[in-house]
Amino acid sequence: MKIMSCPLNGPRNISEFQWLGPVHDGAELTAAALVQHLFFAPNPMGVLREWWRHTPSNTVFIAERNLITDEILRTYLKPAADNIASVA
Amino acid sequence: MTNRLGSGWGSRIDRSRGLAFTFEGRRVAGHPGDTIASALAANGEWVLSRSFKYHRPRGILTMCGQDANTLVQIGEEPNVRADLRLASDGIAVTPQNVKGSLRRDRGQIIERFGRFLPVGFYYRTFFGPRRSSWLKLWEPMIRASAGLGTVSTDAAPRRYVKETRHCDVLVVGGGPAGLAAAVRAAEAGAGVILVEKEPELGGALTYARFATDAGLGTRHLSALRDRALALPGLSVMTGATCNGRFANNWLPVISGNRLVRIRATELVLATGAHEQPLVFRNNDLPGIMLSSAAQRLMRHYAVRPGQRAVVYAGDRDGYLAALDLDDAGVRIAAIVDPEAEDRDGLSEELARRGLPIMRGCTLTEAKAGPGGLHLQSVEVQDAAGTRKRLDCDLLVVAGGYTPGYQLALHAGARLASDDTGTRFSITDVPAHLHLAGAAAGLSDLDGVIASGEAAGLRAAAALGLASAPEGAVPAACAWRRSAPVEPHPKGRDFVDFDEDLQVKDIENAVADGYRELELVKRYSTVGMGPSQGRHAALPTARIVARKTARSLAEVGITTSRPPFGPEKLGLLADTTPERYRHTALHPCHVQAGARMMPVGAWWRPFVYPGSEPPAEAILREIRAVREDVGMLDVSTLGKLELRGRDAAAFLDRIYTMAHAGQPVGRVRYCLALNEMGSILDDGVAFRMSEQHFYVTATTGAVDRLFAEMTLQKAIWGMQVDIQNVTAAFAAINLTGPKARAVLQGLASDIDFSRDAFGFLDGREGMLAGSPVRVMRIGFTGELSYEIHLPQSHAVGMWQALAAAGAGLGLRPYGLEASRILRLEKGHIIIGQDTDALSTPDQLGMGWALSRKKPFYTGKAAVEARRALGETRQLCGFVLEGGNAAEVGESALVLRDGQPVGHVTSFGHSPSVGKWIGLAYAPPEQAVPGAQIRIKGFSGTEVSAAVVALPFYDPTNARQEI
Repeated sequence: MKIMSCPLNGPRNISEFQWLGPVHDGAELTAAALVQHLFFAPNPMGVLREWWRHTPSNTVFIAERNLITDEILRTYLKPAADNIASVA
Repeated sequence: MTNRLGSGWGSRIDRSRGLAFTFEGRRVAGHPGDTIASALAANGEWVLSRSFKYHRPRGILTMCGQDANTLVQIGEEPNVRADLRLASDGIAVTPQNVKGSLRRDRGQIIERFGRFLPVGFYYRTFFGPRRSSWLKLWEPMIRASAGLGTVSTDAAPRRYVKETRHCDVLVVGGGPAGLAAAVRAAEAGAGVILVEKEPELGGALTYARFATDAGLGTRHLSALRDRALALPGLSVMTGATCNGRFANNWLPVISGNRLVRIRATELVLATGAHEQPLVFRNNDLPGIMLSSAAQRLMRHYAVRPGQRAVVYAGDRDGYLAALDLDDAGVRIAAIVDPEAEDRDGLSEELARRGLPIMRGCTLTEAKAGPGGLHLQSVEVQDAAGTRKRLDCDLLVVAGGYTPGYQLALHAGARLASDDTGTRFSITDVPAHLHLAGAAAGLSDLDGVIASGEAAGLRAAAALGLASAPEGAVPAACAWRRSAPVEPHPKGRDFVDFDEDLQVKDIENAVADGYRELELVKRYSTVGMGPSQGRHAALPTARIVARKTARSLAEVGITTSRPPFGPEKLGLLADTTPERYRHTALHPCHVQAGARMMPVGAWWRPFVYPGSEPPAEAILREIRAVREDVGMLDVSTLGKLELRGRDAAAFLDRIYTMAHAGQPVGRVRYCLALNEMGSILDDGVAFRMSEQHFYVTATTGAVDRLFAEMTLQKAIWGMQVDIQNVTAAFAAINLTGPKARAVLQGLASDIDFSRDAFGFLDGREGMLAGSPVRVMRIGFTGELSYEIHLPQSHAVGMWQALAAAGAGLGLRPYGLEASRILRLEKGHIIIGQDTDALSTPDQLGMGWALSRKKPFYTGKAAVEARRALGETRQLCGFVLEGGNAAEVGESALVLRDGQPVGHVTSFGHSPSVGKWIGLAYAPPEQAVPGAQIRIKGFSGTEVSAAVVALPFYDPTNARQEI
């Protein structure tokens, strides 16, 4: 079984984690981008940033994964600076 | 016992004691320590099975569980490897795939039809000779001849155990390289597990010969074993097979009925090498075995493999095996060496012993004796093409090796061919994996041990326990001399023994257009049998390379996947106990005689029948709610607490309605959509203070909703704390015209009067001695209070309510009554009346979508889908008259005979006195006054009138009394 490193709990079995989808830059969706966003999953020959959740501790974080080798390069909590400005 | 050698042989058997079992009904005597195959061989029984396709007699080939020849049935256990399983007293062993008896197998006739079973035969259509030939002739013949053992359908249950272990270094293979690696790593301070599939440590040291001096292996073994056993950090598992390598060095190890899952930081693979058979005509006859098999028979079990032997020395080990046979008193008819000159420095010793050598010769054919059951002679051809027949009852083949590549390939390494194209080696080894010994391409004993020590040190160095050894151990490889794999004109030159595939089958697969090895494998089934291509991979690759004029490196080999060896399904079965959940009120329901039913993970009361028939009890429960008062355990509802500065703003983004302006003390309906604008979940939100909401979610969706909320909180970076308190709170729905009277009969600081506690209000306080959160909401359309309280208080509250309602007709009701009550009100159940495409518009819930909010999840999609137009609409319908057509949930809605929707909810309403339901229909038909056509389960179509919702109490007056 694969191991993933939770930013809070360290290395754990992958069965403790839930995949939550790719990280999309830009928070709000325009109507034009909607179909692209909903039905075309990014699948680059390289590194993809993804949302993951450590289920037992309910920790949501970002993982950078190489889709060719399935290697998890690093994991980290979302930096507070990236919070969207429209929410006050 | 005709075939036992004298003392000095047979390290594994205890000659002081005996045992006996039966094979095909015949009595077989052996000693403790014998395997089934060795005991049979000692008794002169060389035929163990009949082959898969042609029912050819087969015997011992590898003597280490790496071939399918030795599969036998023991009682109800099929496919037991007779060369691995220890013999025990009284067992009844039977051969597999045999019609009649092993010696006279009626299935043998199939061999005469061999030309009708060409390669890829199951991709061909068997026409003729007559129209019914497939059904009457070919299919029964193929079906009867295929297959292995017999599975018992009423086998006794067996217990299997799972265990998980962690270690710094896992060493797979307890031969000289693995032992040396384990010792070195453990000496450096690493915690080491050493896994060996044989019952004892030592690998080849226990049976092979390494030099003229026969005792060399034994001396090395005792030295290494003494060092290993003295190390406290080294844990040894013998009789254990490592069956695969998964990500991050996660390895299943099978030991009898135990599956040990090992997580290793560093992995050393000392998996040895698989000795290879040779391809020539009748190379599968009993009496032909690998040199290692002959040595195992002699050294482990004191079994004389034959009386007069021909030894094929495709490498040095053939000569060494010949010395062993000579020592054991087997006459050597000849040693056949494909090379013209001596490359092993053993000529002097052979001359001293007077053993005849035929250099520059190859084997062309083996011939069986009378009955076709055993080898009688072989035909040898020299470089000039002259053929000579040698009488023998044993042919020992040292045909070279392939490294034990399987686990390394699971880890992502590649099997490459060296420059000369004669053998495979493992390359591209990933990090945290180290190869040692024969798996690393070494064959001389000193090199093997040195490479093991180096691998152990490298593993320790990766752990920071030692410094890495400098330089690689030189691979002084003595493997060589691959014989060309040419077809014999008369065939029966087997490449794959499991699947009875001959050279011409592989050639024909290429001729049929399959150039790539992966396709040749799928077309011909080569390598798909129990031995998984251990012996077939190399010759197949050679044939394909020759036929396609490519090098071995270009052809490659097929993908290797776990498991390495066979494993029982019992080992894989999930042993986790069935997961189920009980609410805090479960004992109350059981005590009240409720019929319980599973709902997802939960057990919930279906009906409280008492002494009544269930159908009548359900009607009585419905009547109690409509006329008096009922109570339902709704503890399974999902419950979430949201606190913080952004709590209201967060809900505004998650749900479709407006919560920022929701007054404290009010309860508001919640509808959550996904990004596609489909309905995800619904519930209610009770604003308990400016920065505190108590939110309910449906039983089945709460975990998903909670994960979604946590994700969105992270994405949006909002100041809100979200807790899933589903298990902490119990909840009781008290509903019916007399609900208020029940609550007013209990001590409370909450004013339950109509004016003080209106519809969609929420209150906190004490009730009957318990802290409670009460909301005036409900599913039934009656005056309802949903009482949430800490689960530890639930039983007390249930009893207090029951006592207070005793004179008011209060009775608990179950899920079936609840289902009808809500259907009468046209309330939807998420997941039953909705699916992955349901939009609020399809459900007539446009009222739940805020028009003022700039954003909520799914808003853009809802608007885009509204612009596209809906193709279906949920509507209520009634069946006038009875339900003779057997309409039910999931029945189709038809238009012009074509399905256009389906029924999502259906039942007989006692309050309305009709069969009522909800169904998806085209929008133009889903309007009150229209008719829809429904196909009942009886097969007949009926018309149903579409009516306005709700069916009962259309003005919704009753819930607001």
